[in-house]
Amino acid sequence: MRNLWLFISKYNAFFLFVIFFVISLILMIRDNTYQRSATLSSSNVLIGRAYERINQFKSYLSLGAVNDSLVAENARLKNQLRSSFFDNKLVRKTVKDSLLKQQYTYITAGVVNNSIHQRDNYITINRGSLHGISKGMGVIGPSGVVGIVWNVSKHYSTVRSLLHTGTKITASIAKSNAFGSLAWGETSFDSEIADLKGIPNHVTVKKGQQVITSGFSLFPKGILIGNVISSSIKGESDLDIKVKLSTNFSTLQYVYVVINNLALEQQQLEAKSIKNE
Amino acid sequence: MSRVILPNFLRFLILIFIQVFLLKNIGYYNLAVPFLYILFILLLPFGIPNMLLFTLAFITGLTIDTFYDTLGINAAACTMLAFVRILFINITVQRQGFENEPEPRLGIMGFRWFFFYGLFLTVFHHLTLFLLETYNFSDLRYTLIRVVFSSIFTLFLILVTEFIFFRKRER
Repeated sequence: MRNLWLFISKYNAFFLFVIFFVISLILMIRDNTYQRSATLSSSNVLIGRAYERINQFKSYLSLGAVNDSLVAENARLKNQLRSSFFDNKLVRKTVKDSLLKQQYTYITAGVVNNSIHQRDNYITINRGSLHGISKGMGVIGPSGVVGIVWNVSKHYSTVRSLLHTGTKITASIAKSNAFGSLAWGETSFDSEIADLKGIPNHVTVKKGQQVITSGFSLFPKGILIGNVISSSIKGESDLDIKVKLSTNFSTLQYVYVVINNLALEQQQLEAKSIKNE
Repeated sequence: MSRVILPNFLRFLILIFIQVFLLKNIGYYNLAVPFLYILFILLLPFGIPNMLLFTLAFITGLTIDTFYDTLGINAAACTMLAFVRILFINITVQRQGFENEPEPRLGIMGFRWFFFYGLFLTVFHHLTLFLLETYNFSDLRYTLIRVVFSSIFTLFLILVTEFIFFRKRER
């Protein structure tokens, strides 16, 4: 017994190393398999506040770029206003409003923390469960898709951005209805370029064509993701398409969280069909 | 005693601040990512007990993890760093009889020693960090390239910092 004690105290550095290393590994693996620990991540209120404080200073520096993107968005929205269309019709039928049920509502949120240089990038926004946000909602920016809500605390949420190796989004190519899955980080870690997979060979894809959301999942149909910059035939049946993302993640300041009011109904129906099989 | 604790505590705060709010946003396409905060563990005094060294390293790593959303990865890398530090100092310092020196700084130990000290510790830290982050061996070459470039970046920052606060002490 005494010899054992002597042995341990002689090589205490090694044993301490093993103990601390194992603790860290346990922390890491638990964090990867289950939920990200709510207390030790950037959705924590204390750290969220620290990021917000720093971000107040940083947002002044990029004020010009933000203004430009807001002006561009205003112009785009004004184009869609009824008042900007010339009305040719003389007789107009009144359409009962009860026919139209609002499916998507949008909540604006400010970005308080953002990263683009990691392998798995997260964005922290200053809206949380108090504002009606829950896990799995889609997030879009002024110029395109941003990511998916991952963790929610009372006042903050973390968003798994497109620049995360685990984020997969169903995307389709505008005008042809072919759809595939958009992923980032499999071939390069460039924050502007993602890969679109699963589009069959026979679809013709031209450089510059728009890549939009398919409307199958969290996002409304037709939201811009990016533009095709190259496509080549890879393997047996699929095209290998590179997409330049339309969202500039390095200057992101404001985003919209998309709430799908009919999501629950859709999920219940689909779950039922699976059960019946 | 407080003359040892206070500068180290201040160094901890400043390095964490620089790491989280400045260096986190700097990087070359994910290939070269600097981790200057390990300088805190590098500069802890020679006489520090092993238990305290490991605890401090672990806490430092955990603090960085909290800001980086990578729970456990930096903590593991810092634990590895502390272990390599003990080995390196055991092998090089006792033999040359530097035991009385308070801190392993550039001005005290000389450029050659400090360069290899920083090099070994940085490479081991980054190797652990990036391997744990990737968590598989399939794209090992890419990971090793990242380790090499990031180590060069970090070591460069460490040497620059040490030269800025260079103080030659009379022995």
